[in-house]
Amino acid sequence: MNTVQNFELYAPKLIEKREFFSSGHRACQGCGEVLGLRMIMKALGEDVVVSNATGCMEIISTAYPHTAWETPYIHVAFENAAAAVGSGVEAGLKALRRKGKIADRDVKSVAIAGDGGTVDIGLQSLSGAMERGHDMVFFCLDNEAYMNTGIQRSSATPFMAATTTSPAGKAIKGQRTGKKNVAEIMVAHNLAYVATACPSYPLDLMEKVKKAKAVKGPAYVHVYTVCPTGWRAASEQTIKLGRLVVETGIFPLYEVENGKYRLTMETPEPRRPVEDYLKLQGRFRHLDPSDVAKVQALVDKEYRKLMHKVKTSVPWS
Amino acid sequence: MGKRIGMEVGIAAAEAVGLCNIDVAAVYPITPQSHIAEHLSDIVHDGRIDAEFITVESEHSSISACAGASATGARVYTATSSQGLMYMHEILPIVSAMRLPVVMGNANRAVSGPLNIWNDHTDIMPQRDSGWIVMHAENGQEVIDMTIQSFKIAEHADVMLPTVLNMDGFQLTHMIEPLEFPTQAEVNKFLPDRVPYATLHPDKPMSMGCFNMPEIFTETLKAKDTALINSKKTIVKIWNEWEKQFGRAYKPVETYKTKGADTMILTMGSMGETASVAVDELRKAGKPIGLVKLRLWRPFPLEELRMAIKGCKTLIVMDRAVSFGGAGGPVATEIKSLLFHDKDRPRIVDFIMGLGGRDVTVENFIDMVARAGKKKDESYEYYGVRE
Repeated sequence: MNTVQNFELYAPKLIEKREFFSSGHRACQGCGEVLGLRMIMKALGEDVVVSNATGCMEIISTAYPHTAWETPYIHVAFENAAAAVGSGVEAGLKALRRKGKIADRDVKSVAIAGDGGTVDIGLQSLSGAMERGHDMVFFCLDNEAYMNTGIQRSSATPFMAATTTSPAGKAIKGQRTGKKNVAEIMVAHNLAYVATACPSYPLDLMEKVKKAKAVKGPAYVHVYTVCPTGWRAASEQTIKLGRLVVETGIFPLYEVENGKYRLTMETPEPRRPVEDYLKLQGRFRHLDPSDVAKVQALVDKEYRKLMHKVKTSVPWS
Repeated sequence: MGKRIGMEVGIAAAEAVGLCNIDVAAVYPITPQSHIAEHLSDIVHDGRIDAEFITVESEHSSISACAGASATGARVYTATSSQGLMYMHEILPIVSAMRLPVVMGNANRAVSGPLNIWNDHTDIMPQRDSGWIVMHAENGQEVIDMTIQSFKIAEHADVMLPTVLNMDGFQLTHMIEPLEFPTQAEVNKFLPDRVPYATLHPDKPMSMGCFNMPEIFTETLKAKDTALINSKKTIVKIWNEWEKQFGRAYKPVETYKTKGADTMILTMGSMGETASVAVDELRKAGKPIGLVKLRLWRPFPLEELRMAIKGCKTLIVMDRAVSFGGAGGPVATEIKSLLFHDKDRPRIVDFIMGLGGRDVTVENFIDMVARAGKKKDESYEYYGVRE
């Protein structure tokens, strides 16, 4: 098993020392997604079974006969793997445990998919799995486009971002729609725990993973993960971009426990202008000042909506 | 063996599953499979068996959930039909490549375009190349027996492949037939607990479903092909065990009055019963006609078929699906291709009939035998089509 060198110097009490997602995988330089994944796996610990959708994390980690997974892992397909396969894993473990065919202890079914496998092609199976109340956690590792296939837009791609299927053209300047809010859709499924997280805030992320795992029933964590390759950003800017996205209020870090919204990372007031975040990425290079103002207006609106819930929501129970 | 009772075949299929100590079922309802889904959920909800019943939101998820559950070591079952099977299509070859012994029942129904809920084989034929063991039941008793056999076949250490048992929609699933159920003790004796080769559990972490680079992909596919070809031996062995314990024989290719027959009808599924009546009548009229029934479609029982059609001059294949713009019905096409090099192979007449629930009567079979005698070439023909 891999361990971090000089770990005792840094965070021995806060972070699991063992690595459940090993090094030596094939992720790009500066990949925020694999960083988030590594933290998730550390926070989850060993008693999990991971069902992974087709996507970047799957292809960088499981080129037969290699694997980066130190926990049990299954990949079946793209749209179903995370939610439907995860449901089956949960049901299988439950039945086998009840019948005394496997060890009598909690093993959590964990499903992991990218934004495409969650918000687009995987939305139906995600909704089904969450509605049925399986004891499982679903992680969306959102890098805001189909990166594995070459940066095509998904419904998680932000407004005006250029991708290979929402290019910055002369007539249409990038993505025409705003980001689909799947965390809200998950709240509408009456989940006991829904959260957003970002690996630029590692302790916040890992705390949320632990909370989600502790829920008896379905829980959902939406993890914002920087993709320097797909965003046309410098690979050393990953952590910075993750901080800027929170400080601008574009991707606020919050959790919803039994319907009660809470910001887990206060956004500085006044919030930083979105331009600070946009200008570091080639995918927004085509934006002129009036475009930036449109993005700012959309972010302001979404942020107001969220803050209203933070102020007014009360727990269901 | 219990006493003979009258029961709808779809419900009997669920009852048979209920005898098999399954751990997980993931079923999405679709006509004409829905009685299986309903009755299986009754069995679970009444606490008659200890299993998880996952009420999935689609067939794509039912087969996916079966894959996940099977990978944990559980014994799993699903059932579907037509559009549902088409919706599962993407996942079927993954399940077989991962060597997950999922057992499926398929209530054969026409594939839409236009919509039609009645019986033919256009749903199972597109799944032909998925790497599954594909079997066809002819009557209700076979549905019960072959459902139970399926688990033993699929999970056998020398097989480890998913199985699909076809039962014709309505024409079989909705018939009330006199049926015999084995007792629980008899099934327990025949069907041992699943002993999985590999499972998903933290006690022994392993990665399943890793992707293959070009350097290994061909080898993986060949391994699947080899496994499927080799499975026939075990299937036959398990059928022999069944015969020994329960007295009912099962063979990859069944024959009826083929002795001395120069013309033979070949069917799959419930149509065999009607065809056998036609054979009786033709025999009574002094015509040397026999009947060959394919029970096993994958792996294809070539040797058994050769034996069955020995001496046959004209083989009339009843195809309940068609490959549009191609060589004809899938069953005849395949048989023609496999027998191509056989020196004394029969002339193969391919009738496309019984599509979308179109009834095929005893008279129709007799008529087809007469038409086949007059046919000059081996081109396929839609039988009874309104021009």
